[in-house]
Amino acid sequence: MNYQWNWGVFFETIPSGDVTYLTWIIHGLGWTVAISLCAWIIALSLGSIVGTLRTAQHRGLALIGHAWVEFFRNVPILLQLFLWFFVVPELLPHDLSMWVKQDMPAKEFITSVLALGLFTSARVAEQVRAGIQSLSRGQRNAGLALGFTQTQTYRYVLLPMAFRIIIPPLTSEFMNAFKNSGVAYAVGVWEMVFVSRQMVEETGGQVIESLIVPTVLYIICSYAANLLMGVIERRSHVPGFIVAK
Amino acid sequence: MQKQHLLLALIAGLVVHTAAAQQLDGTLKKVKDSNAITLGIRESSFPLSYLDATQKPIGYHIDICMAIVNAVKARLQLPKLEVKTQAVTSQNRIPLIVNGTIDLECGSTTNNADRQKQVAFAPTTYVTNVLMAVKKSSGIKSLDQLNGKPVATTTGTTSVQLIRSHEKGKNLDFKEVYGKDHADSFLMLETDRAVAFVMDDNLLMGLIANAKNPQDYAIVGEPLSVEPIAIMLRRDDPQFKGLVHATVSNMAKTGELTKLYAKWFNSPIPPKGVNLAVPMSEQLKAAIVNPNDNPAESYKK
Amino acid sequence: MFSNFDFSVIPPSLPYIWQGLVFSFRLTVTAMLGGIIIGTLLALARLSGGKALGFAAKTYVDLMRSVPLLMMILWFFLLAPFFMKITPETSALITFTLFQAAFYSEIMRAGIQSIPRGQINAGFAIGMSYWQTMGNVVLPQAFRNMVPVLLTQTFILFQDTSLVYAIGATDLLKAADNTGKLYGRTVEMYIFVSLIYFAICFSLSMFVKYMNKRIAIIR
Repeated sequence: MNYQWNWGVFFETIPSGDVTYLTWIIHGLGWTVAISLCAWIIALSLGSIVGTLRTAQHRGLALIGHAWVEFFRNVPILLQLFLWFFVVPELLPHDLSMWVKQDMPAKEFITSVLALGLFTSARVAEQVRAGIQSLSRGQRNAGLALGFTQTQTYRYVLLPMAFRIIIPPLTSEFMNAFKNSGVAYAVGVWEMVFVSRQMVEETGGQVIESLIVPTVLYIICSYAANLLMGVIERRSHVPGFIVAK
Repeated sequence: MQKQHLLLALIAGLVVHTAAAQQLDGTLKKVKDSNAITLGIRESSFPLSYLDATQKPIGYHIDICMAIVNAVKARLQLPKLEVKTQAVTSQNRIPLIVNGTIDLECGSTTNNADRQKQVAFAPTTYVTNVLMAVKKSSGIKSLDQLNGKPVATTTGTTSVQLIRSHEKGKNLDFKEVYGKDHADSFLMLETDRAVAFVMDDNLLMGLIANAKNPQDYAIVGEPLSVEPIAIMLRRDDPQFKGLVHATVSNMAKTGELTKLYAKWFNSPIPPKGVNLAVPMSEQLKAAIVNPNDNPAESYKK
Repeated sequence: MFSNFDFSVIPPSLPYIWQGLVFSFRLTVTAMLGGIIIGTLLALARLSGGKALGFAAKTYVDLMRSVPLLMMILWFFLLAPFFMKITPETSALITFTLFQAAFYSEIMRAGIQSIPRGQINAGFAIGMSYWQTMGNVVLPQAFRNMVPVLLTQTFILFQDTSLVYAIGATDLLKAADNTGKLYGRTVEMYIFVSLIYFAICFSLSMFVKYMNKRIAIIR
């Protein structure tokens, strides 16, 4: 391959400032982590509530949960982000709309976190539901027979079991959220994808280097998250169930 | 049109024919062996390379590339050479040239010294000025009026860096906003998320021509940068480069390039039949009189 | 902005959007079938107790889950020409299948682990081998338990087909995006495509819900 490698490019200063490309990428990684963690907090809390609602005996509550999931999981994240960013502000009253569009602090960051958080919450909800429904019906009945209310049955019997069962897919979902945070470049957050695209342009020729480093950083971070979840998974496994060694 | 191309191709073929006796190598050998040539195209680089309503690639640079393809056909005596196209992005265009997926990139790539380390360029066929689009109603005429205001540009373009450097140099402070592509950046201007959109002039003209209310917008400002745009090919491939340079230089000399410029910049073009009505810049006129592949650095005053 | 919406650009572009949709479907179905088969094998390998086999499966799954799909699509396409001739479409089919297998594998593993261990012991007790027990006792239940999650993953897969823009293939979103840009009507096109995605995923979801009622295990 007739490609001129130049790994030293990371220690060169960017054309418009006084930092090196390496500092720039690490800065981007910081934003990537910030977006993913904030979005994950939203997704996990809303997703748990919505997923639980979906298994509720009360029809109305189950319907609300169902509508939420269908609404947020059926359109790709890039399109949802676009709709939140370009279409929703137009529906607001003029002054508020202009504030959101021009003066709201960290508007790109907030929009990305919101869009990614809601999108991921629908997927988390589905997993919570699957976890609860995979438990045998006897468990719910046992809880009720002990005199627990519905809420107590969920709190002390169903959810502790369900969450431990769904740790593997939930880990996947967290890693998905981390990787999906890359869409934030589309509204102009300086996260890793943005920096990488910009670096491709500003270094002119060092495309491969500009793409390899973010890829490797993504792999390292996701892998670390995965290892951590693996530890939690082993610590919390339910006795009597099959477990990975 | 087709006839002229063929004639040109023949001339170009003759020019390099003196060298025909030598063994083929590089791209020409690859094309001959596979009986196919692949053109890298952009999907919305107006009016240099974009997809028409039937998703067929058209544009000023596509026409020039087809002339080069005809020269290749003549040179290799392969009248039935298969022409493939592959859509490329600003991220993958250089790797795809280097790894041999595409043989010519007919998009809108700035020829600069850094890129010349990886790839080669045909003689300059367009010179772009980085300007800004504003709403006429805003009364904005210059970048210096934008202190504290939101200014849009597109991620992964030189304009991002140009704006930042300009801010530093003039001690201004813009609130930069970034679209993922030019259409999104223009939408930011349209929906008042930004008061100006800084980008290559040809792209701004294309976006305005296709906007809902073209009369609402104006292109203003002093150029932040002047950049030669050219067709890209593999580096260290003298045979193919010779053929490409001979073909494009001939098009410049015979007036064919000027005609193509008129076709894409001074007449109605698809999809809406809008005439961009852009006179040829002095820099491009100079590049046509004296065809060259000088990088952007040589355009700085 | 909304006062002058113009959806008239949509009808002429329908043939191209349709072509894009067909490619999205083809990619989804191929990667789903391939992914579930390879993924189930990976999950079984991981739970089989064989050290080397388990380690290999785990490494594969962890690595695949750590790479952003967009990067994987791009890298595979950039590196493949050194080994074989490949079109963007084939490249996408291979990448998606290999990638999705890792995710389906984690889902199947969760499904298998939701089956009480006693059932496996019961299988062994009546003389079945590990693979027989899995095939006849555990997998059919695991599969049914995990239908909602498998479905969600397939939605994700269907939506992720839009990432093939990185290698110049044209799926549903790209086809609409190109048309929208050509006429300066991005907003209308994005809303239109969002509705298409929603309609498809929603009807699929309803269908699976119906199926699930019929095949779910009563507990």
